[in-house]
Amino acid sequence: MGNPNVGKSVVFSRLTGVNVIQSNYPGTTVGYTKGHLLLDNTEMELVDVPGTYSLSPSCKAEEVARDMFFEENPELIINVLDATNLERNLYLTLQILEKGIPTVLVLNMWDSAKRKGVHVNLEKLQKIMGINVVTAVAVTGEGIKELVNVMAEMTKNPDRDISKIPKMDDDDKWACIGQILSKVQKIEHRHPSLLEKLEDASVRPISGIIIAIIVLFVTMQVVIGFGELLIEHILDPIYYQYYGPFITDTVGNYINSGFIHDILIGSGYEYETSFGLLTTGIYVIFAVVLPYILIFYFVLGLIEDFGYLPRLAVLLDSVMHKMGLHGYATIPIVLGFGCNVPAMLSTRILEGEREKFIAATLIAISVPCIAQTAVIIGLIGKHGIQYIIMIYGTLFILFVLLGSILNLLLKGESPEIFFEIPPYRLPHIGTLIKKTGMRVKGFLLEAVPFVFLGILIVNILYVVGIMSAISNLVAPIMSNMLGLPNQAIDALIMGFLRKDLATAMLAPLNLSPNQLVVACTVLATSFPCIATLIILIKEIGIKNMVKTGILMLVIALTTGTLLNLILSNFS
Amino acid sequence: MITMVELKNGKCGIIRQIDGGHGLKKRLEVMNIREGKKVIKKCSAPLRGPVVIEIDGCKMAIGRGMAQKVWVEEI
Repeated sequence: MGNPNVGKSVVFSRLTGVNVIQSNYPGTTVGYTKGHLLLDNTEMELVDVPGTYSLSPSCKAEEVARDMFFEENPELIINVLDATNLERNLYLTLQILEKGIPTVLVLNMWDSAKRKGVHVNLEKLQKIMGINVVTAVAVTGEGIKELVNVMAEMTKNPDRDISKIPKMDDDDKWACIGQILSKVQKIEHRHPSLLEKLEDASVRPISGIIIAIIVLFVTMQVVIGFGELLIEHILDPIYYQYYGPFITDTVGNYINSGFIHDILIGSGYEYETSFGLLTTGIYVIFAVVLPYILIFYFVLGLIEDFGYLPRLAVLLDSVMHKMGLHGYATIPIVLGFGCNVPAMLSTRILEGEREKFIAATLIAISVPCIAQTAVIIGLIGKHGIQYIIMIYGTLFILFVLLGSILNLLLKGESPEIFFEIPPYRLPHIGTLIKKTGMRVKGFLLEAVPFVFLGILIVNILYVVGIMSAISNLVAPIMSNMLGLPNQAIDALIMGFLRKDLATAMLAPLNLSPNQLVVACTVLATSFPCIATLIILIKEIGIKNMVKTGILMLVIALTTGTLLNLILSNFS
Repeated sequence: MITMVELKNGKCGIIRQIDGGHGLKKRLEVMNIREGKKVIKKCSAPLRGPVVIEIDGCKMAIGRGMAQKVWVEEI
């Protein structure tokens, strides 16, 4: 346990080998993760809980921490503290110690403390607290071995590690902390480093906005540029020259025609629209979406670990208030551009139900995930950047409009922003690569089965003839309102399952760029993919989900119709 | 005494009084924003956004409404 952003998840990963996402902002961990470690041949279960400043929670994530503490009856508590800010961190420590559970203190970020000129007399601190204190630099693994040794000792005679510090009321707690620190801590004054100067510049109005624009621009350039580079020079050649012919021949050797052959290969690898499991399925996942996922998550990780996101939250706070949110909602929204699922989870860092609902709805409707973005770039990019701008511009306008309307309609006010801004830290490359790897793996685990399932369903529906029946049914809506051919409904239906696959299904229809803009926008705004839907129901409840769902349908159709009208009249 | 909003950017102050109910006081207190603490005002975000303050080397963003309830004595 410990305050937010002190590195609990890093310590947890180091101890258990279980990987959890670690970043440099408060609120990275919003649920709990369990892991195991061996201590002298006894297996122990370790739980990573969200950070909290006290045991009286002010948001959902903090509630998780409190409930774990009071209801799970832990045998041993690892209290991780930020060594650069002991005063605030020790408040929670005193609260924890009151419960009389064996506890070990880990003073993490010991290296930055030294750099900042914070000196702590460990022996004295151990003596006063009456429990073990370990120093650590968790990202590099320093101090973890010692922590394990201490924990092993503690399990042998647990009673020794219960602090004798008596229960106190809050004012006495602060006074007590003050006394402890005056005995054990000395702080030298150091001049601000270059990073610290940059920290201040990124929240000041003018320089902050300039920095934000640069970050956004560079991110887009890097993601799109490297994505295209990878696809053009590595993945496309592999697919078209080696994989495609190979798989077609291999399957052809066993089955040369019929239903099974069509499901596996479709109309051949040469066409990206063949809709075979092993051709289009593989191509969409690995050669269209994966490259962008890889680069997007690497860049996002870099920005996260550096500590930029909370500063963006400060800058955007007053704009977000106009949409019933506050600045910190920036974080779930930015995560949503990667994948909507973790974005929905991360809405837990917002305080109120109203905010959670607005944030979740806005993300589901107007924030396309990177998988979808990848396919949109692949599909429309060749017609010109202006079409991509049209799609994202429309989504942005929707975001602002919808947010403002929800803000007016829903009763209540968005609470004021109040959070800790972490210092800028140079990202630790190992952690960054591990994090990117985890997220890419998460994508593949989810995408592969669903894309395959989707292709299977499409093929079966075609064979059985259900697709044409549905197409006929909705034909009037499609053609009159959206200006799309009937077959585009297949893609919209598939959007329930996976957005990237659905968008890819538009490829064989030979749509004009304008039609593609309409179709992609409708796809982006209509129902979320099945994974997001499940999380959404869990996070905001079935009743709110129904509201969001209706809102989505109405918005998708209205936006599509308007776009169609505008585009067909002006070009 | 002036409020944290009125304190000029880059200036230091000592927190002397926090208005508001028990809930608000507690929320501020657990973040180490309490009477007697020395605070540096770093900047205010654009469009009447939050103010950024620093206490013991730790930076925090705090909404303008909340900041108006924190009274400081400039030093």
